[in-house]
Order: sequence, then structure tokens, then C-alpha cells
Amino acid sequence: MSAEMILFIPLAILAVVTAIAMLFSRNAVYAALFLITNFAAVAVFYLILSAPFIALAQITVYAGAIMVLFLFVIMLLGAEQTGRTPSSWWLQPLSLVLGLILLGEALFFVFSQRGAFPAGGAPSPAFGNPVMIGEVLFSQYLLPFEVTSILLLTALIGAIVLSRRRA
Amino acid sequence: MVPTAYYIGLSAILFTIGTMGVLIRRNSIVIFMSVELMLNAANLAFVAFAHAYQAVSGQIFVFFVMTVAAAEVAVGLALIVAIFNTKQSIDVDQMNTLKG
Repeated sequence: MSAEMILFIPLAILAVVTAIAMLFSRNAVYAALFLITNFAAVAVFYLILSAPFIALAQITVYAGAIMVLFLFVIMLLGAEQTGRTPSSWWLQPLSLVLGLILLGEALFFVFSQRGAFPAGGAPSPAFGNPVMIGEVLFSQYLLPFEVTSILLLTALIGAIVLSRRRA
Repeated sequence: MVPTAYYIGLSAILFTIGTMGVLIRRNSIVIFMSVELMLNAANLAFVAFAHAYQAVSGQIFVFFVMTVAAAEVAVGLALIVAIFNTKQSIDVDQMNTLKG
């Protein structure tokens, strides 16, 4: 068993367990904290997959900015305790069955097509470093990058308009 | 060397947990967090394939997905706050005004 495999298995278990804990925790604050742990575990996967820039963006943008916004709204609304009142008795068993079917199909597809995936040898040391990302981002993907700024501006204005108190 | 299929399998598991969160939970903030989990699972698949194909474009796409997720969270949480201000609840079962 290689060193990467020894690192992969506990991290995969951590990611799956925190995701399931998020799914079943009653307190929304705990759910948010479990999700932050999950994002941190996935950030370590990005580091293993030679994507250090994406890993740090994951920590700052996802685990930092987005989840702080979530925690802020949860505490602002006082919505920590979530009553478990399913509207129909068949809703939860049905969603469990549908989810298991989805998981079974996805795993069957992945592991039956396993031979088609490239093996992925060790990439060059420069692969995925911020210099390379920046060069591709500001040459080949310049237009999508600029459109992103318009998207963020639209989201900013939309959030302000939605949260404005009506007279 | 971890095979690419393991990463894609983990991504599928995380995506399914996110889907079940959307289906099972009634708190709209937790549903929103489950959507974030699904986006994150898709990002993991992107980075795994970028590593396997030695293509940096996959990582660029993850960057764009993160931007869209940030915009989505800003608008979505503003919507949730607006709904809470009118209904005093964020339970999705209470949001049935459009029901015919």
C-alpha cells in the first residue's frame, strides 16, 4: 500500500462521515461545522491531486467566506433547532430508496468503466501551481473570467435588493 | 498512486449524500448546504480528471464553479432571509403559497 493510499483512506472516511453527520445533525450550526470539516478534507484531496491553488481557494472561499455567511444567517434568524416534521410519511423512505439507486448506478458506472480512466502518472512539478493557473486563466479563459465579474456584481445587487426592508 | 476511479467513486458518494440531504431535510438552510456539498463533489471529480489527463483546464473550471457558488449563496441566503421576514419560518413545507 502506497503512502498516498494510506493518506487517502482515512481522509475519504472523514469526508463521508462528516457529510453523513451534516445530513443527520438536528442543529443547523453543527451541520455547518461538519460541512466545514468536509470542505477541509476535500481541500487536502486537492493538494494530493497537485492542485494547490484550488486547495487554498477552497479553504478561503468555501470553508471561509461561504460557510461564515451560512453561520451568520443561521444565527441571525435563530434557526438552529430544526423540527423534524416530515409532511408525508412516505417521503423519507422514498428518498432513501432513490438515493441508494442513484449511488448504486453511479458506483456501478464508475467501476465498470474503470479501465477507460487514464492512470494519471506523476505530473510535472509545475502542474497546477498558481503561475500556470494564472497564465491559462488570463489568456485562454480571459473572457469567462471577465464575465464572472458581471455575475458577482449581479449577485451583489440582487442580494442588496432582496434584503432591503420594504417601506 | 491512488487510482482515478477511487476519487470519482468518492465524488459519487458525496454527491449522493448531498442529494439525499435535499430530499430528506425540511430546513431550507440545510438543503442549501447539501447543494454546496453536491457542487463540491463535482469539483472533486473535476480536479481528479484534471490530474489524470494532465489538463489544467479542469482546475480553471473548478475556479469558475466556486465563483458561481459564491454568487448563488449570496442570492439564496438573501432569499431565505426575505422569506423568514414574511413567514417567520424557513421550513420548506411552509412555502406552499404557490400550491394550486
